[in-house]
Amino acid sequence: MRIALFVTCFNDTMFPDTGRAVVSVLERLGHTVDFPQEQTCCGQMHFNTGYRPDAVPLVERFARTFASYDAVVTPSASCAGMVRENHPVLAEDYGPAALQRQVAELMPRVYEFTEFLTDVLDVTDVGARYPHKVAYHPTCHSLRGLRLGDRPERLLRAVKGLDLVDIPAADSCCGFGGTFAVKNADTSAAMLADKNAAVLDSGAEVLCAADNSCLMHIGGGLSRQGSVVRTVHLAEILAATEGATQ
Amino acid sequence: MSDTGNRGVVWLGAPSFPDAAREALGTPQLRANLKRATGTIRDKRLAVASELGDWEDLRDTAAAIKQRTSRHLDYYLQQLEQSVTAAGGVVHWASDAADANRIVTALVQATGEREVVKIKSMATQEIGLNEHLAEAGITAYETDLAELIVQLGDDRPSHILVPAIHKNRTEIRDLFTAEMGQWGQAAPEDLTDDPRELAEAARRHLREKFLTAKVAVSGANFASADTGTVVVVESEGNGRMCLTLPDTLITVMGIEKVVPTFADLEVFLQLLPRSATGERMNPYTSTWTGTTDGDGPSAFHLVLLDNGRTDTLADTVGRQVLACIRCSACLNVCPVFERTGGHAYGSVYPGPIGAVLTPQLVGVENAATLPFASTLCGACYDACPVKINIPEVLTHLRAKTVEGKGRTAEALAMKAAATVLDSPRLLSAAQMAAAVGGRALARKGRIGRLPGPMRGWSDTRDTPAPPAESFRTWWRKNKEGDR
Repeated sequence: MRIALFVTCFNDTMFPDTGRAVVSVLERLGHTVDFPQEQTCCGQMHFNTGYRPDAVPLVERFARTFASYDAVVTPSASCAGMVRENHPVLAEDYGPAALQRQVAELMPRVYEFTEFLTDVLDVTDVGARYPHKVAYHPTCHSLRGLRLGDRPERLLRAVKGLDLVDIPAADSCCGFGGTFAVKNADTSAAMLADKNAAVLDSGAEVLCAADNSCLMHIGGGLSRQGSVVRTVHLAEILAATEGATQ
Repeated sequence: MSDTGNRGVVWLGAPSFPDAAREALGTPQLRANLKRATGTIRDKRLAVASELGDWEDLRDTAAAIKQRTSRHLDYYLQQLEQSVTAAGGVVHWASDAADANRIVTALVQATGEREVVKIKSMATQEIGLNEHLAEAGITAYETDLAELIVQLGDDRPSHILVPAIHKNRTEIRDLFTAEMGQWGQAAPEDLTDDPRELAEAARRHLREKFLTAKVAVSGANFASADTGTVVVVESEGNGRMCLTLPDTLITVMGIEKVVPTFADLEVFLQLLPRSATGERMNPYTSTWTGTTDGDGPSAFHLVLLDNGRTDTLADTVGRQVLACIRCSACLNVCPVFERTGGHAYGSVYPGPIGAVLTPQLVGVENAATLPFASTLCGACYDACPVKINIPEVLTHLRAKTVEGKGRTAEALAMKAAATVLDSPRLLSAAQMAAAVGGRALARKGRIGRLPGPMRGWSDTRDTPAPPAESFRTWWRKNKEGDR
């Protein structure tokens, strides 16, 4: 199976450890991962902010870059959702028929990381060890967008030493919403305050999720409050082994 | 297309959503009221929706009926007109709010009455009927408890179903004590904030109106085209009073409320109460078909209101909002509404449905911040009993808003970002610049204050400094050779 990593522009720039973690988990499971360097961005920011035509070249680039792979794996539920839900919309509204076909053909092979592990590779125990008290935040795109269900928790429960704790009102949005956090900073901050209170309530040392964007939001708030709770992408927990744990 | 200035819907002079939200967020009492109220309804709704084994089928069916109705709206409306007329009613067509207000005012004036009792209705809120009647010297008395609270307080509704959700019972007691006497029967002097006492005060106050009013004005939840039957769903029975006691009944109904057949109501009457109040069945469902000799009003007028709905129907993505049955489930699950309340939306239609309905009714340029008043979290779509994909419509309306604004600073920044993001080489260069710049700003790996439009973000959140090495640089150095 030819597996490509779509790391996402955000992880590429801000959270390279997450990309390395995906590679490390997949290699540990005996797979080879490629990183086609022509990849850039899924266009989510442009699409969600209303700049659809600007996102079209990114749709074309994505389809072109990943066309030859059997599976495209990404450690971001929101970018996976953007690609699967909205690339077809953009291809239909702005692209030539060839792009529509290309996009439609590629879509079923695009997976969020936990989907790929549980549905395609059929593993839940990836051989990780992470002796910490961890809470999982189901991001909106994981929960209601991709409907990841309990896939992330199944993977986390199989991690040795990991103590999984619940966050109260886990399903409510953290208030990030991309440019929402800038355009409606006050409302976003009010949502974040409630989310962070819930995170602290859970007693977790580490908060994880399938999206670094939401984690950066929550973590940014926790850090400002002086909290010692850390935010770590789920993939980095699955990559951790006994010697590598912090 | 009629002039959007004649449509009402939005409140003149209302601030933009972010500004109004900021003000609302500074009111702890409001946030506490909302949190308690929406939380309670939310839990009840989940309980009664999950007990039905065919809930998802009902949602699909409702969406399909509404889609079919939209596709053939002209046909069903004409059929409705024929059915209502055959049953003794009179049908009027109103292209916008001004038109509808003129029609209703003339109908009331023709009766010679100076007072009307009103059943809670979004359509008449939308067109600002009460204010228009007042200008013509006609007093409209709201008889829904929550609408009465809003009216007595000279306030605005903040929720579709629970218009006074922003008030707690102490605030309501104070309002009843101060205001009821100026409109009719006063509240008892020793009134407490016990809900039973408040309801009793309202009952006595309203009873006087029911027994004297000769004209009633209502909205409609549904109307079936095949039989001409109009339906009002309510909890208090005050609507039933208005629908049965007066001589003349005037109903103002948005044209999208028509359903093809009486049998279709079976689907909606299961979905609506469960989604709205979290009840298996609402206490009062009133249906009437034209007029009946010796039973109820002897004159019935149905005003069919367009007011931007056919413009909405012309939008292939946006038209799905016309399926809305005004249950408010989306408001109650919305994390934004829960914090800001309804007034921040500057429209009679608040919350997620308001953010997609208002801009379509009045034009995106007249409600430009509403499509952005959402994190696209999707809770509304999951809760919607007629499966309106609100996040889909939101991003669609964002695109329309941006298109209409032309070359703004944001548009230029987005264009520049798109150029960088469409080139791995430029992206690499930008990553290196960000790493250098970010590290200059950072302390202990965290950036505290950010400039310009990012200031709102950095007021309450730290930002991690970008790492020295991007993923693609690491890959080139460490992995490329292996492949």
